[in-house]
Amino acid sequence: MKTCLIVDDSRVIRKVSRHMLESMGFAVDEAGDGQEGLARCEQAMPDVILLDWNMPVMSGIEFLEALRRHPAGAAPKVVFCTTENDVGHIRAAVAAGADEYVMKPFDQETLQIKLQIVGAA
Amino acid sequence: MQVSDSAARVLSGLLEARTGQQLTADRMWRIGTALSGLLRDHGLASVDELALRLIEPDCGNLANAAVDALLNNETYFFRDRNMFDVLAQTVLPEIASQARRKRHLRIWSVGCSTGQEAISLAMLLSEQRGKWAGWSIEIVASDVSHHVIETARKGIYPQFQVQRGLSVLQMINHFEERPEGWQAEKALLRQIRYEVHNVLDPREDARAFDLVLCRNVLLYFGQENRARAFDRLADAMNPGGWLMLGGGESAAGLSDRLVADDAATGLYRKSDEAGSARDNVVPARRAG
Repeated sequence: MKTCLIVDDSRVIRKVSRHMLESMGFAVDEAGDGQEGLARCEQAMPDVILLDWNMPVMSGIEFLEALRRHPAGAAPKVVFCTTENDVGHIRAAVAAGADEYVMKPFDQETLQIKLQIVGAA
Repeated sequence: MQVSDSAARVLSGLLEARTGQQLTADRMWRIGTALSGLLRDHGLASVDELALRLIEPDCGNLANAAVDALLNNETYFFRDRNMFDVLAQTVLPEIASQARRKRHLRIWSVGCSTGQEAISLAMLLSEQRGKWAGWSIEIVASDVSHHVIETARKGIYPQFQVQRGLSVLQMINHFEERPEGWQAEKALLRQIRYEVHNVLDPREDARAFDLVLCRNVLLYFGQENRARAFDRLADAMNPGGWLMLGGGESAAGLSDRLVADDAATGLYRKSDEAGSARDNVVPARRAG
């Protein structure tokens, strides 16, 4: 079973995303900010990370840069999932190593296609 | 929203007369939802009241709007990506090989709705641009609805639609973010000619298309109209041309001019028919 870590400070978004991902067959773990997300990755690298941008303590982009510096941090497919919907943010995310980008709001089909595109679903 | 049998008959008759599509029992449940905006815009209290207006002789614009509202325009970019993989890996290379002398590629996207399939095709060809250098490429994209064709011609998609099916790189490389939405790049749109056309009507450009995509369209037709549509599609295709239906659709028993290809479910080739013997040969797939 593939694993997905949701890194998002919104409990509601985590709950909705968890529901979608579990229905796609993922084993899901959650973190409320980037730092907590990195701690989860230290324990076990997930196959996929669903990543918010704006979070307290450590933002999504800071998390991604730190993850990609980690010796095992190139492996997870990272899908940004954020309300930062302008092309500047999208280009910055891709430059930092994001594999895909989902603009909120989104539906399950959009997420599923994005996960197929990165080869995770 | 309650819809009486008589109102359903009026709407069903209108839709079938204009488009050939049937309002089958499994589509009845969404009539009320589909027409709610139209009722509001025209100050009509119910579907029954709409049906009464539709049987008046001067109901032209209202009838067009009702037909538009009843059509299922669901689409998204690279819908069923595995089918686009089949196009990229099997169909387009064979066309490129067979048509290398004329270096002219014509594709027809039938029931194109708001244009995502046609743009996906243009994008796919653009991503293979080395293979198609020097070729003249035309994508004809048609739909029976004026409304969706007008939308398609603009090539502007709201955020929700632009990310449905596109990878992030395809989105930022081929679309420009504007206040009114995401604008498809002109180089893609230039390859596409949008037109209002009913698949049941004959085309002037017979035997013109190397590839026809008619996906998730004919499932709304009855058997008789489906057979007629397959005939029209075969008329439009080059000898040996390719037809791609939706994954769950089939021409079996409805056309002897289309032969299933084993590269994918829903993929067909135009079989032999009157014409020069050379034209009529459907070449065997190359090994490998």
